[in-house]
Amino acid sequence: MTRVPMERKVLNENDRLAGALRERYARRSTWCVNLISSPGSGKTALLERTLASLDPSRRVAVLTGDIQTDNDAQRLARYGFPVRQITTGGACHLDARMVTEALAEWPPDSFDILFVENVGNLVCPTSYDLGEEARVVVFSVAEGEDKPLKYPATFHRADLVVLNKIDLLPYVPFRLDLARDYIRRIQPDARIVEVSCTTGAGLDAWRNWIDARIAVKS
Amino acid sequence: MSIAESMLEAVQAESALRGTHIFALGVKIGELAGVDSDSLLFCFDALVRDSALAPLVLQIERLPWRNRCRRCTRDFTVEDYRTDCPHCGSPETEIAGGNELDLAYMEIADT
Repeated sequence: MTRVPMERKVLNENDRLAGALRERYARRSTWCVNLISSPGSGKTALLERTLASLDPSRRVAVLTGDIQTDNDAQRLARYGFPVRQITTGGACHLDARMVTEALAEWPPDSFDILFVENVGNLVCPTSYDLGEEARVVVFSVAEGEDKPLKYPATFHRADLVVLNKIDLLPYVPFRLDLARDYIRRIQPDARIVEVSCTTGAGLDAWRNWIDARIAVKS
Repeated sequence: MSIAESMLEAVQAESALRGTHIFALGVKIGELAGVDSDSLLFCFDALVRDSALAPLVLQIERLPWRNRCRRCTRDFTVEDYRTDCPHCGSPETEIAGGNELDLAYMEIADT
């Protein structure tokens, strides 16, 4: 046998497509954010709150991924912004090809913000670059504070961690100080915002973060 | 499964390009890549079996989680989630390795 070196990434093709998406967003001044979390952490609720708070004249669009159903797209379509569901039909993550295909039929040429809600999963979405400019990990206090240690790769790539469901803190054995410490251990540069999509607490900080990121861009 | 598919696409492309059968694929997977070796081997073998790619063996090299200290700039292997620098004690460290999901080599018949 002869051993021939290869030395490239397994997800080379995904990275190539993600690079093309990134260039496209840059050309059109679209700020794209990829939202990752376990199922049920509140990505859709966070987007609902966010869309409800945005001026309807803002140019905003949402791509939302799920293995089955378009329930999330239906929830998100109520706010008057264009929403498109990507049904992966089994795949546990979005990849750059799915996003490219969704955008090909539905070009967000004139959008300032593109929210991409990934499939609920803290493992696989991490490996797939979608060409996003920012990556947000949503993590709820109902999940246990050691999630960042259990899924370090996901938290390591986060620009922002949204700690959701803080209204439940009196009812669950969740230590905020430990959660913050674990997040910082994995990703010292991540911003952390603590919110409740039920009561609306902390959502100003999340909106301010978005606004600041867009301001830097324009 | 989709990671195994991506690996096989690479094998197919290389095999077509070189006009030769590939008998083994070597990959490097970091501890932080979120890929379990047993699951990957299971998916890989399921896809290869009864396909034109058989016989094809997947050889996995696991790479450790490494951090680099921002203060003293030295690297170290992270064990049991202890991310503080073992050299100078600083808590300010960042990931320097362990995210790998790389194709390393392939084995083809001697020519």
